[in-house]
Amino acid sequence: MTTLTNGKTAKSTRLPLEGIRVLDFCVVWAGPFATQLLADLGAEVIKVENIHHWQPMTRGFVARPNKDSLPDLPPMLGGYPDGDPGPRPWNRCPGFNNLFRNKKSMTLDLRQPKGREMLERLVKECDIFYENNVTETMEKLDISYEFLKSIRPDIIMMRVPAYGSVGPYRNYRALGVHLESVIGHSLIRGYRDSDPSTNSAIYMGDYAAGVQGAFTVLAALHYRKRTGKGQLIELAQAENAVNFLSEAVMDYTLNGRVQGTLGNRNMFGSAPCGAFPAKGDNNWISITVSNDAEWQGLCEAMGNPDWCKDERYSDQYARWKNADQLEEELSRWTVQYEKYEAFRLLQSHGVPSGPVMHAGDAHSDPHLKERDFFNRITHAEAGTHDYPGFIFNMSRTPPVVRSAPCRLGEHNEYVYKEILKVSDEEYAQLEAEGHIGMDFDPEIQ
Amino acid sequence: MFDQALEGVKVLDLTQYIAGPFCTKLMADYGADVIKVERPDGGDPARHLGPFHEGDAHHEKSGLFLQLNTNKRSVTLNLKVPSGRFILHELVKEADILVENYAPGVMDAWGLGYDALAEINPRLVMTSISNFGQTGPYRDYKASELVLFGMGGEMHSIGMEGREPLKQGGNVAQYEAGAAAATATMGALWAADRDDEGQHLDISIFETQLGGVDRRHAALMAYAYSGRISVQQAGWLGPTFASGTLPCADGYIEMAGGGHLFPRVIKMLGNPEFLQDPKWLEPGAGADPQLQEELNEFFIPWLMERTKREIWEEGQKARVLCGPLYSMSDLLEDPQFVGRGFWPKLEHPHTGPVSHPGAPTRMAETPRQMRHPAPELGQHIEEVYGHLGYSRDDLTRLRERGVI
Repeated sequence: MTTLTNGKTAKSTRLPLEGIRVLDFCVVWAGPFATQLLADLGAEVIKVENIHHWQPMTRGFVARPNKDSLPDLPPMLGGYPDGDPGPRPWNRCPGFNNLFRNKKSMTLDLRQPKGREMLERLVKECDIFYENNVTETMEKLDISYEFLKSIRPDIIMMRVPAYGSVGPYRNYRALGVHLESVIGHSLIRGYRDSDPSTNSAIYMGDYAAGVQGAFTVLAALHYRKRTGKGQLIELAQAENAVNFLSEAVMDYTLNGRVQGTLGNRNMFGSAPCGAFPAKGDNNWISITVSNDAEWQGLCEAMGNPDWCKDERYSDQYARWKNADQLEEELSRWTVQYEKYEAFRLLQSHGVPSGPVMHAGDAHSDPHLKERDFFNRITHAEAGTHDYPGFIFNMSRTPPVVRSAPCRLGEHNEYVYKEILKVSDEEYAQLEAEGHIGMDFDPEIQ
Repeated sequence: MFDQALEGVKVLDLTQYIAGPFCTKLMADYGADVIKVERPDGGDPARHLGPFHEGDAHHEKSGLFLQLNTNKRSVTLNLKVPSGRFILHELVKEADILVENYAPGVMDAWGLGYDALAEINPRLVMTSISNFGQTGPYRDYKASELVLFGMGGEMHSIGMEGREPLKQGGNVAQYEAGAAAATATMGALWAADRDDEGQHLDISIFETQLGGVDRRHAALMAYAYSGRISVQQAGWLGPTFASGTLPCADGYIEMAGGGHLFPRVIKMLGNPEFLQDPKWLEPGAGADPQLQEELNEFFIPWLMERTKREIWEEGQKARVLCGPLYSMSDLLEDPQFVGRGFWPKLEHPHTGPVSHPGAPTRMAETPRQMRHPAPELGQHIEEVYGHLGYSRDDLTRLRERGVI
């Protein structure tokens, strides 16, 4: 039994992917989320970075934000610890830091010949090469599956471009929100009474790419164990994310029907189905009723008011047809209750419901506390905070925080000296040549 | 014929609706032998959810079910009776993985909890997917896609200020949970092969949202670091240049063009004279309403003269992050997806040939194969139970007694 940094106790100290090494050339969210899952499963993930190149939206919006500009940025980009970017902001950005837990960071300038040599030595020691750049970026760096395979014959290479490395959009750039527009998500998720220009940007494509990418790497490992063969895998983010919208796709391919937005309702005829006002400012409670039993529960929770007995609400179909009036009546009831109060009351009557939780609610939620969801982590440059936890629990090999989110170049000594067996002298030379460091170039703003 | 990555992996699928079936679909599509164990009275409830082929609410015509259950075999089994559970025990002996998403406690009540099954098969990886997890005060609470995304996801900051927060489309959170469960299950299978010992996985859909990458992890970190809470706003950065969902000649285009990305937009617009002034690139310029108005006098007409596809193409030439708002009909006709063969047609006995979303990932050595479409209810009873040694007469008797 080992006691771990977050106080959780592991029955086995051998995590599933112990001994598997991943070379991580990932940017923004889609790739880093996948390698985080592999790291949580025990793989050694080495994040390869370049102190002369700033990749936007990977360790921050910009490298060195002005302290005064932070309040203008949304919290995920501007919410640095104590409102201060600090001397090395790239180690402190809330939008990205949690994705770096359990990973190692090394720096390397691939545009120099020595960098190429180091990469080759590194590839030899790795099982998986994972990247999610624009297709042409890897071409410019002259990194292909053939190249990797010539060094490490059984390597698994995972490529995660936006639309695929083949086809007219091979070099098209996108954040999650852009490819979600292309796959039809943006047109089915706005308010029912408004045009899509009021849409907020969301990024389910990044989530989808991360989980599916990690899954496929594990499937490829399974195949490698059986046959000794590695392989090249491509996850086109748009194609992958289409699979998460199956209902809308199948409605079109089966019936030729182009679905519009349903707002907070669903296509299964639930009613009421929405987020209703609760007591206080900007507090909401979600409620979904899909059958008579849940409707009875809702009526009882409200004390069986007369309007519930109206024949417009007598069965699920009638409620769905008259959902607008029904939801208006319901709102008059919900607004009298605090959101957690309504949640407990409705759940005690078997009604699917829940508070719309902001980040502060989640941090103090009793259920998450009891399940020990958050990880308290001390980070050398960010201080001690509660970080969102693992998305899976395992009874025998539970995921644990083995190391705090990696800082830029934090593991250079380990990677160069212990994995690549670089001598002290050569290390000093690499440092002098600008490969090794913990700070981005001063010119990078 | 290519190999399949998960050939030889045996999965018992006791799941229903969306999250669980999507988890086991991934395994089936990449080569695992997935036996879907359905209740005899109607099967997986997703069979009764739309969209239905031509609106016909028949249990073999649900598009949702047909997409989520490809490459699986179907048997029916009544787990509420002892002889049903006896048959399940026999299936468990041969399985590597069992995935279930009944309400927490149901499997235990049937004597099919992890401890009981591990006694029969110590190498078994059992994955339980539920709304809130197998423990904790909300364990038995009821939920829906909306409820789970509202609690676990970053719904709080989606939509317009002052209005109700908005969920994302469809049932995305449940798909995300299913894929998360599949990933964790594959990790546990790797450990089971190594250690010759299985384990129990507890997947809470609530937590797959909270720890997930679609802004929730970032919003939770921002709060922990600075106490700031995300608010509802259109677009991605709040008010800035050339960003958000913008109207054009034939619909809308999504664009992220503010801040350090604005030089790309200037290039897309053909480097007009008035945008050469350094004031446009000063920090915070995008938040200035006067500058926004000055830009939009030129930019809005520029957009309205072009189609969403034209803007997309011109934008990409200048490396502008953008994409058109497609409808499903736009998507199904798009040359990139069609050219890559992304819409495989599957022949269903009850609907005829139907295009499905293609493989989420393309494995060069072990490509996804559509061995067969989603099974009819109980289609593989004779095959699966015959393998266990049940004769036709046995199966008739089991049918009569409502076991299968």
